[in-house]
Amino acid sequence: MASDLSVRNLTKRFGEFKAVDEVSFDVPAGSFFSILGPSGCGKTTLLRMVAGFEAQSSGVIEIRGKDMADVAPNRRPVNLVFQHLALFPMMSVAENIAFGLKRRGLKGAEVGRRVEAMLERVGLPGYGPKSVNQLSGGQKQRVAIARCLVLEPSVLLLDEPLGALDLKLREQMKVELKKLQAKVGTTFIYITHDQSEALVMSDRVAVMNRGRFEQIGRPQELYGEPATPFVARFVGENNVWSGEVTASDAAGATIRTDEGFVFKARAKGACAPGGRADLYLRPEAMRIEPREAEGLNTFAVTVKAILFDGANSRLLTVTEQEHELLVSLPQNRRFDHIAPGQRITVGWHPDSGLCFPAMGAS
Amino acid sequence: MKGSRLAFAIFLAPVAAWLFLLIVLPHVDLLLMSLRGKDELGERVWTLANYMNFFTEPVYWLTFVRTALYAVITTAITFCIAMPVSFYIAKVARPRVQGALMVLLLLPFWVSELVRVYGWMILLRESGVLNFFLMKLGLTQKPVEMLYTDAAMILGLVYTSMLFMVVPLVSVMDSLDDSLIEAAYDLGAGKWTIWRTIIIPHCKPGITSGAIVVFMLTLGNYLTPNLMGGKNSLWFTEQIYNQFIASFNWNQGSAFGFLLLALSSLIIWLGLKLSRQKLGEVAS
Ligand SMILES: Nc1ncnc2c1ncn2[C@@H]1O[C@H](COP(=O)(O)OP(=O)(O)OP(=O)(O)O)[C@@H](O)[C@H]1O
Ligand SMILES: [Mg+2]
Repeated sequence: MASDLSVRNLTKRFGEFKAVDEVSFDVPAGSFFSILGPSGCGKTTLLRMVAGFEAQSSGVIEIRGKDMADVAPNRRPVNLVFQHLALFPMMSVAENIAFGLKRRGLKGAEVGRRVEAMLERVGLPGYGPKSVNQLSGGQKQRVAIARCLVLEPSVLLLDEPLGALDLKLREQMKVELKKLQAKVGTTFIYITHDQSEALVMSDRVAVMNRGRFEQIGRPQELYGEPATPFVARFVGENNVWSGEVTASDAAGATIRTDEGFVFKARAKGACAPGGRADLYLRPEAMRIEPREAEGLNTFAVTVKAILFDGANSRLLTVTEQEHELLVSLPQNRRFDHIAPGQRITVGWHPDSGLCFPAMGAS
Repeated sequence: MKGSRLAFAIFLAPVAAWLFLLIVLPHVDLLLMSLRGKDELGERVWTLANYMNFFTEPVYWLTFVRTALYAVITTAITFCIAMPVSFYIAKVARPRVQGALMVLLLLPFWVSELVRVYGWMILLRESGVLNFFLMKLGLTQKPVEMLYTDAAMILGLVYTSMLFMVVPLVSVMDSLDDSLIEAAYDLGAGKWTIWRTIIIPHCKPGITSGAIVVFMLTLGNYLTPNLMGGKNSLWFTEQIYNQFIASFNWNQGSAFGFLLLALSSLIIWLGLKLSRQKLGEVAS
């Protein structure tokens, strides 16, 4: 499949500081690509370089095969939805959407027709004459996206557009954005620090940390097969143990945690016997009171609290050494008898734990 | 409750007194004076003759129209220069430079208007600095008279008015979100379109309040037109001055004063109408 956007070895320096560091990726046409990273990791800087507001220190940005090095932002076939939307308050909704069309020299009737069609598409028919300030947060959101989509850009860039919305609306807009993208078929590049947004909406996600891409992959891959400890910690929830590798073979490694548990797990990277390693385990990988303990790593914990959250309920448990662990609590009534203070056994399959060689920092 | 009302009254009293003593009272007096005159027998009577004089004597209303026109031109020129200057101060300059630039703008206002105007005169007069350099460079053989022309007068007026346009513009531009400009740029707008569609509409309240202040100050200015304008570039304030001081005709002078008030009100009202704004909105 052809790439709409191709970025190679892109670097941006602010003085000595590298905000974006040798980033390379390709975004296939029509896909939803997310860049996920903590605050300050360089996401906005990366996006602004693609939009043309910031000149790269080195590297190449190609859109549909054309080098963008000397193309001004108003000539690039990309549009940016700003972090705070940047709707024009001095114009009505229709004028906001018509803005780009008029800049292309389209005439009155044609502009009106396209604006109305676009409003229909984002679910705001008849909102044209309203003032921007009369809209709710979610509606502003959709106008900001409509204003860009009406120009039929090769790539639509979105800079944390849901950041300003409240939780409920954010959940709703997540699904709507995904549906909208599927409907219009435009390539979306979406940046966020919220992993659930990235996982829910994207075809592919890049995890960014300190200006570098740690991993690019489908959401399932990032969650199931994190390539680095950072990804394991940042995407989804994980319990972490530090320990020492006692044995390793092709199937995996055996690690003795600092508390004295001996676990078998899969090894990522070079986990040589005698070396330090970190073990990552998802809350839902742990089974409470497993009936078949054969081949599982099992250990006992004390329930400290029940964190009820519907289908996402968990137990906060502690080992004897006061190491806190989160354990998923399936809502199938089987575990209704569990109460804080109780001692329970949990078990997990060696395939679901991941060992990474321990690093000094990070 | 009672106490707060009393405090309010105490606070309000000086304002009310100021309004009454310095604004209402003299104007009522002027209005009455402008309607008084002497008839053929030398008796003091109520009359509209002072206002009639204005319309029958071409030199009066010609000066009047000229003054209005030049005040509008001065306001327009000030605006055209102040706009990019304010944009630079508010949006381009770094914070530290910003403060320095504002001080630089303020600096000329530390000295009196008289000194400022003399500064310009030293620069522009026949034996002035500018002519000296022009001759040194061989650009002219004979010194050029740059002072005592309409152009010199407008130059002086614009210079005097600059600050009053720049300050409101800078404050209103400060409140313009940079991302609006970037969004417009991103959607395909060029520089000129961004100015026309985003920056100027956003700055409208600042432009209007700046323009009103500059217009009124220019219209009522006496010193600059008097010193820098030529013999035949009479300013209407000079007519008023002449009536009061030279001819000692206070009745005529009052009538002219009122006509000037009516003129400035009318033009400001027109300006607000044309830009579809209300005075209250601008002031807030
Ligand atoms: N103009 C600039 N000059 C110097 N440093 C900058 C500049 N712009 C950004 N930075 C630095 O680059 C880093 C990345 O900034 P960026 O805005 O890209 O972060 P981000 O990932 O978008 O964060 P957030 O999620 O908070 O929006 C930050 O450490 C920031 O301080
Ligand atoms: Mg950002």
